[in-house]
Amino acid sequence: MSAVVSTIREPLVTGKKTYHDITEDLCRPTESVPSVQWVIGFIIAASLAAFGVFCIVWTIWIGIGSWNLNRTINWGWDITNFVWWVGIGHAGTLISAILLLFRQKWRTGVNRAAEAMTIFAVICAGLFPLIHMGRLWLAIFIFPYPNTRGPLWVNFNSPLLWDVFAISTYFTVSLLFWYTGLVPDFATVRDRAVGVRRKIYNFLSFGWTGSAKHWQRWESLSLILAGLATPLVLSVHTIVSFDFATSIIPGWHTTIFPPYFVAGAIFSGFAMVLTLMLVARKVLHLKDYITLEHIESMNKVILLTGTIVGVAYLTELFIAWYSVYPYEQFAFFNRALGPYYWSYWGMMLCNVITPQLFWSRKIRRSLFWTFFLSIIINVGMWFERFVIIATTLARDYIPSSWSYYVPTWVEIGIFMGTIGIFFTLFLIFTRVAPVVAIAEIKSILKSSGDKYVGKDADPVHHHHEEEHDDSNGFLHYLEGEDIYTETDASSGINTLADMSASSSVESDAVSLVSEVEAPSATQVDDLKKVEGIGPKIEGLLNAAGITTFQQLANSNFDAVKAILVAAGSRYQMKDPTTWMEQAKMAAEGRWEELKKWQDELDGGKA
Amino acid sequence: MVFENKEVLYGLYNDEEELMTAIKRANKAHLDIMDVYTPFPVHGLDPLLGLSESRLHIAGFVYGLTGTATAFLFMTWVFTRDWPIIFGGKPYWSVPSFVPITFELTVLFAAIGMVVSFYVVCGMGPGVTNPTLDDRITDDKFCIAFQTNGYSKTEINNLRGFFKATGASEVSTKVI
Repeated sequence: MSAVVSTIREPLVTGKKTYHDITEDLCRPTESVPSVQWVIGFIIAASLAAFGVFCIVWTIWIGIGSWNLNRTINWGWDITNFVWWVGIGHAGTLISAILLLFRQKWRTGVNRAAEAMTIFAVICAGLFPLIHMGRLWLAIFIFPYPNTRGPLWVNFNSPLLWDVFAISTYFTVSLLFWYTGLVPDFATVRDRAVGVRRKIYNFLSFGWTGSAKHWQRWESLSLILAGLATPLVLSVHTIVSFDFATSIIPGWHTTIFPPYFVAGAIFSGFAMVLTLMLVARKVLHLKDYITLEHIESMNKVILLTGTIVGVAYLTELFIAWYSVYPYEQFAFFNRALGPYYWSYWGMMLCNVITPQLFWSRKIRRSLFWTFFLSIIINVGMWFERFVIIATTLARDYIPSSWSYYVPTWVEIGIFMGTIGIFFTLFLIFTRVAPVVAIAEIKSILKSSGDKYVGKDADPVHHHHEEEHDDSNGFLHYLEGEDIYTETDASSGINTLADMSASSSVESDAVSLVSEVEAPSATQVDDLKKVEGIGPKIEGLLNAAGITTFQQLANSNFDAVKAILVAAGSRYQMKDPTTWMEQAKMAAEGRWEELKKWQDELDGGKA
Repeated sequence: MVFENKEVLYGLYNDEEELMTAIKRANKAHLDIMDVYTPFPVHGLDPLLGLSESRLHIAGFVYGLTGTATAFLFMTWVFTRDWPIIFGGKPYWSVPSFVPITFELTVLFAAIGMVVSFYVVCGMGPGVTNPTLDDRITDDKFCIAFQTNGYSKTEINNLRGFFKATGASEVSTKVI
């Protein structure tokens, strides 16, 4: 965890959290009784959702005639809402996938909630193409399945069918990505729970244990899913824009649509993430995990994508003028000054002017402004889709068929209903799953927690090894084995090469000693060079009068074993079989030969 | 396959750096670690434990190719053999308009295939219960586990000594 972090980066986890604090803070919302705010919010959201379901049933019962669509304006609020919701659904995958690939650590604070929001937004979006068919029970016709009508296949050349594949793939992959990330956190909740809750979370956590190999695979899977989701998220709104761009309607038939739609999607998605997270941060007490730094980062993305959207609007106007194509020019003239002028100027104000306020750092870091502007932006993005769809259709090639469109209460009700469904699902999510990814926050804690980095960080501790007492000498026992592990490594070879270089002098001394057969008091060899002997055993041997290689070489197995056995159970498992032979080689200065042999030995055992 | 209960001796550490140091020491002493459990992915653990790189990405590539082939060949078959129809004056086999669906199915197959493979190779799935050593491993404890079936008392004592020497906060046994 020694990632290099710039000192000017602000900590992403504040409040001096420890790992356990993170678990406590982020599991708490799933374990406590819902707050009054939550209950009130849930009742409002669920009521809206219920009304939406009623309006959907009404639509299916009465037919599409219950809407105000007509021959000229055949796409109205339905498709506007569809594109709006799909756009909102883009931020989750952008945060979790693209920001993962870019190694943006601030994503960990918001990715879980953003992904959940993505899934719920795509559910809301998916409702509209289904409902607007009128005969919902025939929705199965959009899928290519063997049927009794020929089989008659769907038209694979149609962007509307591409949309079916894009949205359903996007929903499936987002769900898999989200759930895979949730599994370790469900395990955390499971391990804290008792009774029925434990059973439920045991089911949800899929038997997660936290094994190192599982984490490795989990990370690999997350990275590849991110790699797959990145082009996917870009493809989805590209394909949604094809619904319009591949048509021959002036105002729709433009090549700028794919990048313009994708930028707009990210723009509105981030705005929705901010709307939700600013509330969740307050209600669920997540201030230490979703900091001003997170909010500012998201506001920067909004500033960038909002500016791209603004440039796209102006480019459209320029190209309409530059094309010298009267129908295209009329389409844009009509948008700005026609009967729907209010939606066009609403869009311009909300999407082009307001995000530019985020050039000010003060506004980027202001909770009030962020919340206010995030709502303004989503209103603006709804206007944008309405402008593109209804305004363009309202004035077609034949003036006698020009029309004006106002939604009925049923259409408004379905839209309000999807907002209700969205918030109902999100509120349930905050009670069931950790809203911030626990494991991911823990993995950035040491590099981005204010306990460890930043100006208020705690003073650095001494290294842990020095803190532990070593009363039983086990560390020495382990370190004694360094000699034979390091002979495998290149550094070990260097040591032995050094040894052999200096051995001529040493071996002379040894041979002198061996001649007189009586060690002088000063003659002490480093017995640790014999593989299998560590500092402790060297001490034992020295205590028993063996201080040189020659003495060890002249000794025998039984004598050495007796010394080891006498020293206690810790040394009984030592096998000194090769020690005498090794010592003989050392004594005779045959270092190269000894080294070669030690490479073959396993811990000094043949 | 022989199913037998694993006798496990495990130690819990409070910090991932202590865990890493302990694993290095265990490697030097040639101790045979059964598994290591952590509350989050600890980087640098894989080489210490000698874990080979995950091959999920290879599987993902194969699944993706399956999706590519399925989508492209199916659309080709439908529009050139089964029921050729002219759309917008374009040829029956209009490859460019097959691109979006081919791409989507490539991603879909790769994602579903990899996720299913992940759960299968990890022995996980809806409702599966795998034995865990301690409830705090998913909270703030880092665990090294040794399988001690057939170990002598001396060997187990050695392992306990290892845990004590490397600063494990708790050492316990469990049969799983």
